[in-house]
Amino acid sequence: MKLLTCPLNGPRNIDEFQYLGPLRPELSKDAPDAAWAVHLFRAENRPGPMVEWWRHTPSNTVFLAERHTVTDTVLRTWLPEPDA
Amino acid sequence: MMRLPAPFGTRIDRARPVTFRFEGRAVQGFAGETIASALAAQGQMMLSRSFKYHRPRGAFGLAGAEANTLVQVGAEPNVQADLRNVAEGLEVSAQNVAGSLAFDRTAAIGLFARFLPVGFYYRTFMGPSRQAWLRFWEPRIRALAGLGRVDPAARFPEGEKGHLHCDLLVVGAGPAGLAAAELAARGGADVVLCDVGPEPGGTMCHTPKGAAGPPEGLRVMTGATCTGWFADNWLSVVQGGMLWRVRAGQVILAVGGIEQPAVFRNNDLPGILSAGAVQRLIRLYGVMPGRRAVVLAGTPEGLDAAEALTAAAIPVAAIVLPRPLPGHEARIAALSAEVISGRIDEADGRGRVARVRVGNRWISCDILAVAVGQAPAWQLPCQAGATLGHDTAAGRFTLRLDRPGVHLAGTVNGYAGHAAAIADGRRAGQAALRALGLPAADEPAAIETAPKDPDAALAFWHQPLAPDPRGKDFVDFDEDLQVADLVNAVAEGYRELELVKRFSTVGMGPSQGRHSALATARIVAEATAREVAEVGVATARPPAMPEALGTLAGHGHTAERRTALHARHLALGADMRPVGAWWRPYLYGAGDRAARIAEEVAAVRGGVGLLDVSTLGKLEVRGPDAGEFLDRLYTMAHGTQPVGRVRYCLMLNEMGAVVDDGVALRLADDRFYVTSTTGAVARVYADMALWNAQWGLRVDVANLTGAFAGLNITGPRARAVLAALPGDIDFSGDAFPYLSGRCGVVAGVPVRAMRIGFTGELSYELHCPASLAPALWDAVMAAGEVRPYGLEASRILRLEKGHILIGQDTDALSSPDELGMAWAVSSKKPFFVGKRSVEMRRRLGVARRLVPLAFPAGTRGLGESCLVLADGVPAGHLTSVALSPTLGHPIALAWVPAGLAMPGTRVTVRARDGAVVTGDVAGHAFYDAGNTRQEVQK
Repeated sequence: MKLLTCPLNGPRNIDEFQYLGPLRPELSKDAPDAAWAVHLFRAENRPGPMVEWWRHTPSNTVFLAERHTVTDTVLRTWLPEPDA
Repeated sequence: MMRLPAPFGTRIDRARPVTFRFEGRAVQGFAGETIASALAAQGQMMLSRSFKYHRPRGAFGLAGAEANTLVQVGAEPNVQADLRNVAEGLEVSAQNVAGSLAFDRTAAIGLFARFLPVGFYYRTFMGPSRQAWLRFWEPRIRALAGLGRVDPAARFPEGEKGHLHCDLLVVGAGPAGLAAAELAARGGADVVLCDVGPEPGGTMCHTPKGAAGPPEGLRVMTGATCTGWFADNWLSVVQGGMLWRVRAGQVILAVGGIEQPAVFRNNDLPGILSAGAVQRLIRLYGVMPGRRAVVLAGTPEGLDAAEALTAAAIPVAAIVLPRPLPGHEARIAALSAEVISGRIDEADGRGRVARVRVGNRWISCDILAVAVGQAPAWQLPCQAGATLGHDTAAGRFTLRLDRPGVHLAGTVNGYAGHAAAIADGRRAGQAALRALGLPAADEPAAIETAPKDPDAALAFWHQPLAPDPRGKDFVDFDEDLQVADLVNAVAEGYRELELVKRFSTVGMGPSQGRHSALATARIVAEATAREVAEVGVATARPPAMPEALGTLAGHGHTAERRTALHARHLALGADMRPVGAWWRPYLYGAGDRAARIAEEVAAVRGGVGLLDVSTLGKLEVRGPDAGEFLDRLYTMAHGTQPVGRVRYCLMLNEMGAVVDDGVALRLADDRFYVTSTTGAVARVYADMALWNAQWGLRVDVANLTGAFAGLNITGPRARAVLAALPGDIDFSGDAFPYLSGRCGVVAGVPVRAMRIGFTGELSYELHCPASLAPALWDAVMAAGEVRPYGLEASRILRLEKGHILIGQDTDALSSPDELGMAWAVSSKKPFFVGKRSVEMRRRLGVARRLVPLAFPAGTRGLGESCLVLADGVPAGHLTSVALSPTLGHPIALAWVPAGLAMPGTRVTVRARDGAVVTGDVAGHAFYDAGNTRQEVQK
């Protein structure tokens, strides 16, 4: 079973985690409808490093993980910075 | 008895005879030996019949790698006779036999082998009628081909599971594994060494290559089969009925090799054994495997077997040398057996080998020991990402593994010789230590690279694999596949190995290609003029060795939740039903179910009812930005919601589809108490955490679902009931208006009370700490003529009011506009999740709507998913249906095309029995469309 390192709780079995999708850049409010539709429905699925949202379920910790989608290697995990 | 004196028989305890039965006949063996060795000691080499042709079969390798040793032990099918030890009273029988093992009625099927060509599964059993396969062929083939007998009534001990953590797991306790494990343990690593055998040592236990002392300073697991490698060095190890899940920092796979069979006509006769099997029988079990042996020495291991036979005083009639074995001339000379250059071309015998043919000369024997070389045990390495290659120059198969944290050592890494394997094991142990960040053990640097194995060039004899014109030259013993079958599969156009496998079934049997994969790769490579490495082997997946399903299943656990009021429901005779993980009362009382439900509905409409709503999701949102947070999550305005007010919550996803609803009570400027639907709370809670990870608002969310219980007191008499209870909340209409909430004490229990109206009647929802819920329930029930009602009545009550259930009436695309809930969507807020999509979809126009449908009294056959027809074509469906006890006719919610959504429109529906019925679109509610009931009290 794969291990994932929760920034708060350390390395844990992957079955304690929930995948919440890739980190997507925010779309400008002025972007046309078509761009919004693409934003919603087209996942890039590019081979290589990808930043994803994950959640450690027992502790409800939501964090970011950079994962290489070809090798399935997790490169780093970190807590998002609140944009205060 | 064909037993040899000590020191032969290192594993048997001659002082402890054990009697078991094989095919109904008593057999005597000794404690410590396997079923297969005890039978071999009786001269019983035949253990089974083959899968397709029912040919007599016996053990080949005695290393737990083959299908021919599968026997039935009592109620347990498919037991490996070469791994399972004998025990007093075991009832062992052969599998895949009609009649008896010796006289199998179906063995004649072998005579018709030429009518069962490769791929016959796909083309033979097509006629004479369309039903022929199901009615005639399949039952007969199943009867012939079944492996073992399943007794559905048999009880087996439940499998257990355990977790094991270590710095280093070494799989395989042969020379390389032992060396690696001992070196790493000395270097300070926490080492676990596991091996399938009953003692560490691997091949050292039965070859003259040196004895192994018990390893020290590490944990040794014997009788433990590593069946799988999974991501991040998580391995499954099965030991008896126990499934160990091992998490290891580093893994060394020293899994050794698998002796390969020689391929010639009748190469499957019992008595044809691998060189290793002969030595196991003699040295481990003191069994004299036969009285006259021939040895095929394609590799030096053949000479090991010949020496063991000689030491056991079993005459070796001939040593057949298909090629010279440079460096071993003196050994050959010392054996004083006739040496014949050539190969085995054919064997002959009835139920056991009686003679073998070399060229045109027949040699009689009852044992043929074959040594053609070993395949590296590629299954676990390949699961870990290794690729199988072929060193054409050296003529052997190689494995290459680049994954950090997993090391190969010994035979599986190409170092088969004893000294080389040990050196390679130490190299791997050193590499593991380094990776663990531990200081290297006190070893010279020389072990960084293992020495060359002097016999490396002799490790594999590439036997010719041309089909024998008369066949019976088996490549795959499990599936009875001959050389010509595979050649023909390629000729049929299946060039790729994975296709050859699927067409011919090669490697699909219980041994999973351990004896056939390499020969198959060579045959396919030759037939397609490619390199062996290019053809490769079929993908290796867990389990690497057979696992009993019972071991995997272990204990059955079903997550199950009960509300704090569960015992109250049972005492009231509730029919409890599972709703997700929760158990909820469906209705109360016995007898006519429809009547009970109708009574419960009537009680709410005319008196007062009590519903346990503890399963609702309950979230507390706290912090200075709590109002802003809910504004962004839900469609209505919460930032401006006054303290003490309750507001409906509708949650959308980014596609503008409805995903959840509930209510929010503002407890304070910076505190909201929010409910969600029973099934969605886990998701809503997770979504809240995800959204706020992005927004960074100053809020936190607590999931109080289990901590709080909820009671809904509803009906015209609800106020009278609550007013009669001691407490500090004024439940009067003026003090506690609709859609407001109060905190206080009722009957001594602290509550959060909300006036909401799912049923349409005057309703108060009281939430309290779960532990106090029974006291509150009892107080309410004691207040007089309160009727508890169940889930079904609740669903009818809300349907009469036209309220939707998210998930029941909505699907993954349902928008608020389609649901007629535009009223719940703020047009003033600059943002909420799904806002942009809702607006885009609104511009596209609404194509379908969810509408209430009223059917005439007496309409029958309506149910969820019944189709709505427009011009005779399906155009929608019913999502909720009930016979309304209040109105006396069926009512439903239905998806209809937007053009049919106006109240009063007549809609056609196909009932369950196919009859076409009609209903009329109602207004937004069937009952009390003016919402006057909220203020009706008795």
